[in-house]
Amino acid sequence: MTSRHDTTSQHATTSQHPAALRRETATRHGTAESAVDVGLAAERVSRSLGGGLVLDGVSVAPADGSTVGVLGPNGSGKSTLLRVLAGVLKPSAGLVTVDGRELADVPRKTLARRVAVVEQHSDTQIPLTVRDVVGLGRVPHRRAWLSASADDEAAVQEALEQTGMTARSAQRWQTLSGGERQRVQIARALAQRPRELLLDEPTNHLDVQHQFELLDLLASLPVTSVIALHDLNLAAMYCDEIVLLDHGAVVAAGDPADVLTEELILQVYNVKAEVTTSPEGHPHVRFLRT
Amino acid sequence: MIAVTTGHATRSPAVTAGGTARSRLPVVLLGGCLVLLASIAVAVTIGPADIGVGDVWATLLSRVGLAEPTLSVLRDGIIWDLRLPRTLLAAVCGAGLAVCGVVMQSLLRNPLADPFVLGVSSGASTGAVLVVVLGVGGGVLSMSGGAFLGAVASFALVMTLSHTLGGTTDRVVLSGVAVMQLLSALTSFIVLTSADAETTRGVLFWLLGSLANAGWSEVIACAVVLVGTLVVCGGYARSLDAFAFGEDAAATLGVAVGRTRVVLMSVTALLTAVLVSSVGAIGFVGLVLPHAARLLTGPGHARLLPVSALAGAVLLVWVDTVARTMLQPQEVPVGVVTALIGVPAFVLILYRSRGVQ
Repeated sequence: MTSRHDTTSQHATTSQHPAALRRETATRHGTAESAVDVGLAAERVSRSLGGGLVLDGVSVAPADGSTVGVLGPNGSGKSTLLRVLAGVLKPSAGLVTVDGRELADVPRKTLARRVAVVEQHSDTQIPLTVRDVVGLGRVPHRRAWLSASADDEAAVQEALEQTGMTARSAQRWQTLSGGERQRVQIARALAQRPRELLLDEPTNHLDVQHQFELLDLLASLPVTSVIALHDLNLAAMYCDEIVLLDHGAVVAAGDPADVLTEELILQVYNVKAEVTTSPEGHPHVRFLRT
Repeated sequence: MIAVTTGHATRSPAVTAGGTARSRLPVVLLGGCLVLLASIAVAVTIGPADIGVGDVWATLLSRVGLAEPTLSVLRDGIIWDLRLPRTLLAAVCGAGLAVCGVVMQSLLRNPLADPFVLGVSSGASTGAVLVVVLGVGGGVLSMSGGAFLGAVASFALVMTLSHTLGGTTDRVVLSGVAVMQLLSALTSFIVLTSADAETTRGVLFWLLGSLANAGWSEVIACAVVLVGTLVVCGGYARSLDAFAFGEDAAATLGVAVGRTRVVLMSVTALLTAVLVSSVGAIGFVGLVLPHAARLLTGPGHARLLPVSALAGAVLLVWVDTVARTMLQPQEVPVGVVTALIGVPAFVLILYRSRGVQ
């Protein structure tokens, strides 16, 4: 795990220099187990939207089963990075791969059985029950005209249990609170039986208790999660690895303690902060008034 | 997908409206078919000429060659050439409009969408008026032929316009509304400036929808396209379910959003064009019925599509029966009756679902 963090950190910081990158990639291929060929990875991905560059040479390769936090100010490219990783947006340059295979070559349905997405905000006017919404996660697994298989039923049941929503399965989506809706969307994503879970600011609009509950849930799941977050301390507590974005580029990546430093926070967020180490060993950020 | 819910033992039955209807689709469909057949059989007997269900049977059997004709030529003609095709066309149109409404509302994520949202009906009207009033087509083109071409042309215009404007679902709806307004204005202009009173009355009757000119050729054309559309849409039922949370969400569930949209819009526009060119623009069935059917079946399209089709068919059979008998011997345009029934029903459905939003 530690070695992977180091690699990613090095990788990200050198991404501006092609020669250094080539050297580094070569050594990695030579020595380490070919981590690039496992799981979802972005390799020097750029994306322009409306004339401007929203992502600028970003590389991420989450370790299998880890929780990766994507941090950065508003407009730093967090959502765009997740959308590119999900295959919803095509990168203008660079590569996104699943198990070494380019995303564009993976059939849409196959990808949906592998990578699940929870959007920042999701709503519907259609009167769906919790179970209906979770059942949507089986769409990529099912064939036209056939009714749900035992496997479909089992996946929905399991996802409801994992997220603690079994008792609510007959409740209408529209009657749920914000935190419950996020849980249901996560259950829907889990019903897809993914290996990677991409979440765009899932703790937005949630009170503190629900933020903790949600991240506890995500950290306990046996999937690789990539989570865009705003709260630096939540990220420090729950993420194995943090990618810090600014103006579409990776400023730092790696262990939370290496990324959440006073210098980088001042540089990226333009806010003075004091970083201490919590009793649990996580960095703790305290913002200072200037 | 929502059929994932089927027959789940842990489901508490009282919580969801229609929970029991959901788990017994074959029973519901069989029941619906029986109600539809009974409705057709009874509706055929209603009218100024006194005809019983037995007479209808006698005609049917003699026409398919299973029995000797026993009825007079006149009564046989009334049943076989007038009432039966008209009632069947009402059923086919009701089913088709309801299915198109379901697909459009789900695809465009807009509860106000109906089969005419893509400008098909106004295009049909303009096409028909161009043929009837201005004589476009030089006598080769019939009114329904002109209507069909107009419908297809206006659909193409809406698609081109919405694609140019960015291609999102709201652009599709806005393009449809814009084209609809433009073509309605054009139709009114042509009728007001060029048509005589007699033609105006004919055009107006057709604009409001009428099954008065139903014949077997219309029944067969509409039925063939309806069956084709049902098969295509049925194959896309789960993709339609996946649109519940928007196009991006559907894409991450493995739905080919662009292809699904083009295919489904094209088949429903084609069906609407065929229906409108046969019977005119019958409003409100496609708008209201999907909402009512959703209350019965729940949101899953595997159930919603067939149940809407059956409900639409039964509804329009009875609405047309009312339209042709209410003010005998005068006939009320069927579109007027659907609006008179549809608006209160729509208000009632919205009122019942007000707590949910």
